[in-house]
Amino acid sequence: MADDTVNPGRRRFLTTTTAVVGAVGAAFAAVPFVKSWQPSAKAKVAGAPIKVDISKLESGQMLKLGSNVPQWRGQPIWIIRRPAELLKSLSGDRDQLRDPDSRNAEMQPAYITGDHRSIKPELLVLVGICTHLGCSPLFKPELVPQSFDPNWKGGFFCPCHGSKFDMAGRVYKGVPAPDNLKVPPYKFLDDNHIEIGVDPEGAA
Amino acid sequence: MAATNPVMRGLNGVMDWVNERAPGAMNWWNQHAAKYYAPKNFNLWYYFGSLAMLVFVNQIVTGIWLTMHYKPSAAEAFASVEYIMRDVPWGWLIRYMHSTGASAFFVVVYLHMFRSLMYGSYQKPRELVWILGMFIFLALMAEAFFGYVLPWGQMSYWGAQVITSLFGAIPWVGPDLVEWIRGDYLIADATLNRFFALHVIALPLVLAALVYIHLMALHEVGSNNPDGVDIKKKKDANGVPLDGIPFHPYYTVKDLFGVGFFLMVCAFVLFFEPTMGGWFLEHDNFVEANPLVTPEHIKPVWYFTPYYAMLRAIPDKLSGVIVMGAAVLILFLVPWLDRSPVKSVRYRALPTKIALTLFTIAFVWLGYIGASPVSDFLTFVARAATVVYFLFFLTMPVWSRMGTPKPVPDRVTMPH
Repeated sequence: MADDTVNPGRRRFLTTTTAVVGAVGAAFAAVPFVKSWQPSAKAKVAGAPIKVDISKLESGQMLKLGSNVPQWRGQPIWIIRRPAELLKSLSGDRDQLRDPDSRNAEMQPAYITGDHRSIKPELLVLVGICTHLGCSPLFKPELVPQSFDPNWKGGFFCPCHGSKFDMAGRVYKGVPAPDNLKVPPYKFLDDNHIEIGVDPEGAA
Repeated sequence: MAATNPVMRGLNGVMDWVNERAPGAMNWWNQHAAKYYAPKNFNLWYYFGSLAMLVFVNQIVTGIWLTMHYKPSAAEAFASVEYIMRDVPWGWLIRYMHSTGASAFFVVVYLHMFRSLMYGSYQKPRELVWILGMFIFLALMAEAFFGYVLPWGQMSYWGAQVITSLFGAIPWVGPDLVEWIRGDYLIADATLNRFFALHVIALPLVLAALVYIHLMALHEVGSNNPDGVDIKKKKDANGVPLDGIPFHPYYTVKDLFGVGFFLMVCAFVLFFEPTMGGWFLEHDNFVEANPLVTPEHIKPVWYFTPYYAMLRAIPDKLSGVIVMGAAVLILFLVPWLDRSPVKSVRYRALPTKIALTLFTIAFVWLGYIGASPVSDFLTFVARAATVVYFLFFLTMPVWSRMGTPKPVPDRVTMPH
């Protein structure tokens, strides 16, 4: 085989095929390195949707996730069953609210609309973190004069910087919080159970 | 050259032995130091390149020592930094050297970049040197950001929250990208651990490589100078530029003098004002990270505030991110935006001097505003300054050609 002649076609073929195989190999080899940055199984378990039994939640009560039920993604979640007469009052003082129609799309999923900001009108689900600086507001459902507001109509009050929200988590004007309280994605499994962290079927 | 001294004879013997086996080593030394001819008229502005390398070495050495005591986990990070500050022998000094070094790095790099803007050091044939320098700037910003997260104070945590949220503004992939960067649904242990890996291994390697290539690219084309005169046009019989002097020993000695002065200033900061009144180390970062309580006034460290001010000045999240990114990336284009036939500001016409002054004022003002609480007035000023910042670059092809430049001398000028 003492053949000194060069076959350029053969060289080009070998170079090209080696380059292509190498590039495909490199692309596949990159997959584990890229994917290893995704939330680990441990993080996913902590962030997975959670099911909550709401059968024992009476009208006017609040169920606080984070204290007696596991947290969802490290955040306190509130579930409140509102009395029917209170729902009617939600459309009352709209001119005192900053965003009465929930126009900021980041603060609730698209299927949360209307004055009650919930799937079933009476059942409100909120992330219990003030949109100002992340304090956790207090639940003040009673229609009694308060030190911070003599005409209090029930809602949430943040003790840190005085932000006020109505019984649908909508922020009042003239307080530091810029947005309504956030509504997390959730769905009803049946009348007594909801799942927090997933959208209802058919809703995106 | 027969040395009489036995020590020198021994050293020469070792040198000869190495040169026989690796002749390239001496070539390398000559090419980059002993026979690298730099213009003889370098002024004060030419200290900052070598000072940046000095700070880089400081960051590497103190950084290695800090990793010996630091724990990159959300549960232990904050306490381990306090442990370094209180219990580790001399830990406070090493930590303050590292934190002061971070700010000193940006001081010298910003001045180094401003030097290039003044003397047209990015103009042909030094475009590649400028581009490589810009990559160093990008890598340095990433390195500084990751490093600031590590002490796991309130500002570390919420700064990371804000910066990673910026990626969420990217359409379609944004939210998934944020999750991928954080490795969790919020800034968490996974985020801290990977930022530590990037800060101590990945980015230092990238920076070291970039700095080396930046220098090699510079030595291919030769250094610019305050007059913007090409010294290679006038050479002596041996091909040595008439206005050039060997980098070693002339500039190594000059730079060592600069190093001495610079280290005195750094030592003063380090010993008397290590937090620089909250500018180098922010007060909120002496409180441990708390995912449920946001600090009243979130702001980055001073070297990011000009860009942060732009982000805040734009009322829309995505547009704000785009403007902030563009503000950095537009610097890459400077070699092609500048159409002036003259390099140095010394010989440029008045419009260039005015533009450079306005740009400097706008940049410094943005830096001040980015560190201040939001107010309507400052937001208005920030918007105006952002416009000036971008107009400086976008209209550069126009103003850089305006007016008649002064005649550039054949040889460099020396101060009398």
